[in-house]
Amino acid sequence: MTTSQANNPLGPGYDGVAGSEMRFRDIFRDTLRAEMNRDDDVFLMGEDISGGFDKDTKEPLDAWGGPFAATKGLVQEFGVERIRDAPISEAGFVGAAVGSALTGMRPVVDLMYFDFVTVAFDQLLSNAAKSRYMFGGQTKVPLTLFARSGAGTGHAAQHSESFYSMLAHIPGLKVVVPSDPYSVKGLLAAAIRDDDPVFLVNDKKLINLTGFVPDEDYVIELGKGRYMRRGTDVTLVGMSYTSVVCQKAAEQLAEIGIDAEVIDMMSLSPFDEDILIESVAKTNNVVIVDEDTPRASMSSEFAAIIADKAFDHLDAPVKRVTSPHSPVPYNSALEQAFMPQPADVVGTVKNLLGRE
Amino acid sequence: MDISKEKLEWIYTTMYRIRRFEETMLEQTLKGNSMGVAHTSDGQEAPPTGICAHLTDKDWIGSTHRGHGHCISKGLETDKMMAEVFGKATGQCGGKGGSMHISDFSKGMLGANGIVGASIPLAVGAALTAKLKGIEHESVGVSFFGDGASSQGVLHESMNLASVWKLPVIFACENNGYAEATPSWYAVSAEDIASRAEGYGMPGIVVDGMDVFAVYDAAGEAIARARAGEGPTFIEMKTYRYHGHFHADDTSKYRKPEEEEFYKKLDAIKHFERTVSKQKLMTEKKMKSIRDSIEQEMLHAVEFALNSPMPDISTLYDDVYVNYSNPIAGLR
Ligand SMILES: Cc1ncc(C[n+]2csc(CCOP(=O)(O)OP(=O)(O)O)c2C)c(N)n1
Ligand SMILES: [Mg+2]
Repeated sequence: MTTSQANNPLGPGYDGVAGSEMRFRDIFRDTLRAEMNRDDDVFLMGEDISGGFDKDTKEPLDAWGGPFAATKGLVQEFGVERIRDAPISEAGFVGAAVGSALTGMRPVVDLMYFDFVTVAFDQLLSNAAKSRYMFGGQTKVPLTLFARSGAGTGHAAQHSESFYSMLAHIPGLKVVVPSDPYSVKGLLAAAIRDDDPVFLVNDKKLINLTGFVPDEDYVIELGKGRYMRRGTDVTLVGMSYTSVVCQKAAEQLAEIGIDAEVIDMMSLSPFDEDILIESVAKTNNVVIVDEDTPRASMSSEFAAIIADKAFDHLDAPVKRVTSPHSPVPYNSALEQAFMPQPADVVGTVKNLLGRE
Repeated sequence: MDISKEKLEWIYTTMYRIRRFEETMLEQTLKGNSMGVAHTSDGQEAPPTGICAHLTDKDWIGSTHRGHGHCISKGLETDKMMAEVFGKATGQCGGKGGSMHISDFSKGMLGANGIVGASIPLAVGAALTAKLKGIEHESVGVSFFGDGASSQGVLHESMNLASVWKLPVIFACENNGYAEATPSWYAVSAEDIASRAEGYGMPGIVVDGMDVFAVYDAAGEAIARARAGEGPTFIEMKTYRYHGHFHADDTSKYRKPEEEEFYKKLDAIKHFERTVSKQKLMTEKKMKSIRDSIEQEMLHAVEFALNSPMPDISTLYDDVYVNYSNPIAGLR
């Protein structure tokens, strides 16, 4: 990708590519369907992923169609064996998914809300992530998990987490965070085809957003970030929904004559060190924006890498805009204050560049 | 019937208060006055009422995402509950918890809980405290949870713990037939969830959860056992939620109208009214005056919640810890 594609989120070949404007939720489901058609070993597990069964016929009703209707319709196409509704037993079915992956299948698990990952954390940490290493490379765990993160919907402290940093901390596990319909298609397909366990964290605030999606089959390489906007004055680093926040901030900054570059990390483990260094080498200023809490987080990790590998390019300290070190509050005004807002990013950039 | 007149009045008041709180809260939520997600428990009035009728503020209960009925049965005030649902500063948790986290530690209410199964061991822990302090006779732990939660490993660990340590715990399973849209016949491998108690060495009892007297009797025995130091009991109450899983859920996608009608005929409040009328234990006049006062209470609760102030933004940083030397505020 070169600078000539200044404001082009998809890089070369975007112009003239066949595709359409789609909702995040629709392309998410279409991608699951495509991957299930592509490989018979792919199957899906989760609570209410079809949802409801007729008492007399025992047929699935697809009443729920998955959390946020993410998998609606798939049970009719693939049947109850491959769209496998699970009892509320996260530790059990995530562990069973690991066991199934170790023995030749490619399970995909919908964990509903991201917060529920903690119920299954032992299976993820001690089995999914470590099996290949501790068994000396004899085996692999081609498992994909996904769940919905993020504050802003009045779900309060136990249904609004964004602690993907906890997952990125685990050697053996990969973590991706789509930020729009284009990236969710490429990342979900890449995750399912990847031979390692991959967790896709999906911010709830993205689910109804629309964006351009190419028709063709493509994957986004795990560990790659992208430029969402080119600029010369400051680098804004986003991930998941904060990439949207960064774009909004960049638009507001443009109005006051500040030319911001926006990087969307897309992958958190592995992650794209090169794009961070390349951009900071050009803009000499950087603000990292993260809805996750700040202690031992992706924002602190990116800051450390920039300090280590791009120190000579920096005109000012690395800045972070994050949520507070607190659980998510219920009240909507408190919740908005919890989340990084475009105005917070704009304020931080103005301070950083000494503008008023 | 071996229930005092005062207790009967308390039972009727409590069940009617739950019913009307849920209906009022749902109406207000659909009007946009709530700040988030809310789960209603109307239809399921008998289980918390029949159990909490035997408890005092010194006993503890653990609750679920569907916690309003548990809160009301444990004596929480409906104005502060409504204010919490509205996210107001005067709410039970200062607007920070919402419907799924209403709690009142002064009343022995360990909190509604958004993680299915997560509150079960908390009630076991409360019972452990009682045992350690030698106050089992006046402080038992009751854990409310659903049929869906019965599939969580933590229930099974908690049952075994309570049994091997002989703790004063009541495992109160509200089997309303569904977890979200998933019927319990699909997700639960046993006909009666209570049958699992046997494997953990405790009595397992199945009762009609639409009959508050049946619940009251079963709970009375179990709680007496717990207070006497004889250990835990599992009570499964077959019940039904009248509304959707949460405020915006449409039950017609997964429940048949005949089934909904069937349970409405068993309505716990109507059943109570019929029973006390037949046995001449309470007059219709008395019942009407209770209903009227609850209607007033609901009007007041909504008004109180609507007119209450929003929490101050600075409270965002309060109560993350008791003590913490670093700033909590985000990096901005
Ligand atoms: C650990 C966890 N998994 C899933 C959920 C999502 N969820 C919330 S309520 C619910 C169904 C619970 O069913 P049940 O225990 O029967 O209680 P009911 O809703 O019927 O009162 C589910 C799956 C959750 N909150 N926590
Ligand atoms: Mg249930």
